[in-house]
Amino acid sequence: MINFEYTKASSTKSAIDIQLKNKGAQFIAGGTNLVDLMKKGISSPLRVIDINGLPLKEISSDLKGLTIGALVPNSTAAENEIIKSKYPLLAMALNAGASAQLRNMATAGGNIMQRTRCSYFYDINMPCNKRQSGSGCSAIEGYNRMHAIFGASDKCIAVHPSDMCVALAALNATLHISTAKGDKKTLFTDFHRLPGYTPELDNNLQSGELITAIYVPANSYNKSYYLKIRDRLSYAFALVSVAVGLEVENGVIRTAALAMGGVAHKPWRLTAVEKFLMNKPATTDIFKEAAIIAIDGAKPFEHNAYKIKLAKAAIAEALMKAVG
Amino acid sequence: MYSQQEDQHCPNGGRRNFLKRSTAIAALATISPVIIKAGENDEKIAAYFEKVPLEIEINGKPLSLQVEPRVTLLDLLREQLGLTGTKKGCDHGQCGCCTVHVDGRRINSCLSLAVMNNGKKVTTIEGLAKGDQLHPMQESFLKHDGFQCGYCTPGQIMSAIACIKEGHANSAEEIREYMSGNICRCGAYPNIIDAITEVKKGGQPL
Repeated sequence: MINFEYTKASSTKSAIDIQLKNKGAQFIAGGTNLVDLMKKGISSPLRVIDINGLPLKEISSDLKGLTIGALVPNSTAAENEIIKSKYPLLAMALNAGASAQLRNMATAGGNIMQRTRCSYFYDINMPCNKRQSGSGCSAIEGYNRMHAIFGASDKCIAVHPSDMCVALAALNATLHISTAKGDKKTLFTDFHRLPGYTPELDNNLQSGELITAIYVPANSYNKSYYLKIRDRLSYAFALVSVAVGLEVENGVIRTAALAMGGVAHKPWRLTAVEKFLMNKPATTDIFKEAAIIAIDGAKPFEHNAYKIKLAKAAIAEALMKAVG
Repeated sequence: MYSQQEDQHCPNGGRRNFLKRSTAIAALATISPVIIKAGENDEKIAAYFEKVPLEIEINGKPLSLQVEPRVTLLDLLREQLGLTGTKKGCDHGQCGCCTVHVDGRRINSCLSLAVMNNGKKVTTIEGLAKGDQLHPMQESFLKHDGFQCGYCTPGQIMSAIACIKEGHANSAEEIREYMSGNICRCGAYPNIIDAITEVKKGGQPL
C-alpha cells in the first residue's frame, strides 16, 4: 500500500474542508472496502480523512420514519430493536451482507459508498473503464457470470454489491448529505448511477460532500422478505437478491415495494411490479405474473443468461416467502 | 546482517527474520517509484514516512506507539509487536484468520488501519489464557478437535467467543451462519460447531 497522510476529522465541516483542500483525499469509516482497494492499488489517495470521530452514530425514529447515522455499524443497525420490528426488511438485508466481523466494521454510509466487486475492476492488469476511464471493459467479452442484466452500457456491465442498498431502494429512503454550502437531501434511488459513458462514477456524490444519515420513511408493509441467492449459503455476494415489502389486507395486496440486487450498476427498483401488484390477490399465480414483469427488458451477456431465469424465480419465491 | 549464528541462537526467529528482511527488500522495490515521484519535493518525502502516534491497549497492556498510517492492525500486531498468534490468511477480509476483538467486538484486523484504533482495547488470541489456564473456548477446540492444520484456529476461536457473547450461538444452523466469516480449508467445521455448542451450553463467563 502506498503511504498517505492521515487526518482525523474533528467535525463534519472540517472533514469536508480538508477534502476540498486536498484533491483526491478520501474519507475512511469502517475501511472494509477502501483499505482493500488501497492494498490492491485500485485506490491510492495521498490523504485519508478518518471520519470515525464524527457524531453520526445515532439511530432514532418517530412516527414519520427512521434515521440512521452514517457511522452506525451494519451489525448495530441489524440488531436494533426498532429496525427489527418496524423495518424488518432492512434488518434482513443487513444480516445477509458480508460476515459478522465485517458487519461490525462496515458503516451505513460506507455500505452505500462501496465499489463493485467486478473481478476485472479488481485486477489492475486488465482494462476497466470504471478503474481507468477509456481503457475498455474486460467483462463484456470476458467471463461475465456475475454481471448486470439491466441498465448496463457498452462501457461497463458491473453490478452494485450491496444488500442493504437493495432494501433502502425498496423502502424509498432518502440520504442526508452535508456540503460546504449546507445540507441537502437526495432520494436514495437517485443517488447511484447507471454506467452510461461514465462508469468511473458510481454515484452522484461530489468531492466535498459527505453522507451524514439515511432516512427511511415509515411504511405500512406487514409482510417483508429479503431473498439472497449466492454461490454458497453465507458470506458471498449476491447472484440475484430480492427485497420485498407488502401491505396485505384480507389476502389482497394494498401496496408493494420491490427491488433487486446483483443485476445492475445500482439497486434495481421494480416500480412496474409494484404498480401491478396493487389491489391484486396475494396468490402464487399473481406472483408468477409479477416475476415476468420484473425481468422485462433484461439483457444477458455470454455467461449470465442464467440470471434472467434466476431473477424470475427469485421474485416469485421472495413474494411467496413474504406472505408465507 | 543475516548470519548462521543468528539462526543457531534463534532457530525459529531466524526464518522469521529472514522473511522480514525479504519483505522489507520487496517493499523497497515497490515503493521506489513513489520515492522518485515524491523526490520532486523533499517535504513530500518526509510526509510519506511520517509516523503517527498511537495509544492502544493490547491484551490489557497500554502501549504508546508510532506507526505509519498505512500499517494495518494485523501488521502492527504481527510485525511490530511480535504477536504472531493472529494469522494473516488472505489479507483482504475474506478468510477471518486475522479476527481479533476491538472494544469487545470481533473484526478483521487486516482491513483496519492501526491508527484508526487509537484509544481502543484490543484482545488477541494471546490475551485469552490466564497463565497456564486456557480459555474455555481453547479447551473446547482441543477437546473436540476443532482444527487440523491450525492456521485458521486463532481467528476461529476469537470469532467463536464473540459469536456466543453476541447471542448468536443458539443452534448449529445459527452458529454456521454467524461463523461464516471464518473459513477452514481443512474442513473442521462440524468439530468447530461442536466446540462452540459445548461452551455455549456450559454457560461459563467468557
